[in-house]
Amino acid sequence: MTGADLELDCRGMLCPLPVIELGKRYAEVPVGAVVAVLADDVAARTDIPAWCRLRGQEYVGEQPPGRYLVRRTS
Amino acid sequence: MAAYDRGYADPRRLHGPGRDARLLLDNARAVVAECLDVRADEVTFTASGTDAVHRGVLGIRRGSGPVAHSAVEHSAVVHAATWAGAATELPVDRSGRVDASAVPEDASVLAVQSANHEVGTLQPLAALPDGVPLFVDACASMGRLPLPDRWDALAGSAHKWGGPPGVGVLVVRKGTRWVSPFPGDDRVDERASGFENVPAALGAAAALRAVVAERDEVNARQHALVEEIRAAAAAIPDVEVVGDPVDRLPHLVTFSCLYVDGESLVTELDRLGYGVASGSACTASTLTPSRVLEAMGVLTHGNVRVSLTRDTTPEDVAGFLAVLPDVVRELRARVGL
Repeated sequence: MTGADLELDCRGMLCPLPVIELGKRYAEVPVGAVVAVLADDVAARTDIPAWCRLRGQEYVGEQPPGRYLVRRTS
Repeated sequence: MAAYDRGYADPRRLHGPGRDARLLLDNARAVVAECLDVRADEVTFTASGTDAVHRGVLGIRRGSGPVAHSAVEHSAVVHAATWAGAATELPVDRSGRVDASAVPEDASVLAVQSANHEVGTLQPLAALPDGVPLFVDACASMGRLPLPDRWDALAGSAHKWGGPPGVGVLVVRKGTRWVSPFPGDDRVDERASGFENVPAALGAAAALRAVVAERDEVNARQHALVEEIRAAAAAIPDVEVVGDPVDRLPHLVTFSCLYVDGESLVTELDRLGYGVASGSACTASTLTPSRVLEAMGVLTHGNVRVSLTRDTTPEDVAGFLAVLPDVVRELRARVGL
């Protein structure tokens, strides 16, 4: 399992709460570091990559299922 | 009402009222054919748009290979493909356009819509491969736009063009092999099943004629209003307007607002007098997000779908655009963003 510098446990939250959590807290890690979002809401699978695209951050992937990795690039 | 007085009888019967009903049904068929620029014997009235889709997709299928359909088809198509036990989904790009190169060579039928019902994108039907029977779900565009050139069978739904509910239209191109996928019936029209709702078919035909007659004027007006909404929505921070900006239905626009929940957005806009739809999970009976938005890879939360009617005015649109930024800002402030 790829390590992360910050792990956000958003299990049990419905959309858009996991993305809101990510939006509020990704800047806690330095540029280049990775944030992991744990989410069981199915919308996260589409919305977290879309958030990365809209905010210019890098979507690393989903590993394992339900754990979404985002690298802060700016 | 006159249609109910005269069109109540079974058009298959030879008695006077039956013959009268048959005449009215044939008249409705002729009007629909003329509006769509097809032959009258290519047109069948069905019990709904969904029924027309099922009969169309499954009726022209050749062999038992995959039922290939774009990932953004209406659920009626997806259900037909799944029921056939051979569904194969074709990916779409970010604007919702199907990847024409992904059609499997052994497909038994190919189902691609004329235009997407949620984001309005027109599909590149001309780019699809030859040699596979092509079913086109034209429910979202029928009446508003001329039929596309490429199709072997297509379906429409009267309520989508302002006609009565419970009337679908199945059009099967002359020369296309069509075999009923369901138990047959002994109607005059072999593709129909059950006693046709003659008065409703007449209503559907009259409504279609009215829509076609004014579509040039209405489309130009709606296209420009949607352009305004697209520009104004895109100017709000972190709002993504989805669907093709140019090759699209004239009256439909969809956008997603980051960090906003769709249900609150719809409720708030409704409170202000603007009835909009949403593809967000929290607004769906299934609590899953729109398959269309998912397949396109665009934001599924905070989603709003605005559908203009023929009498939507520039003032209505201006009023909507005046409140929208504040509604989005207020909902974001509530979650601390």
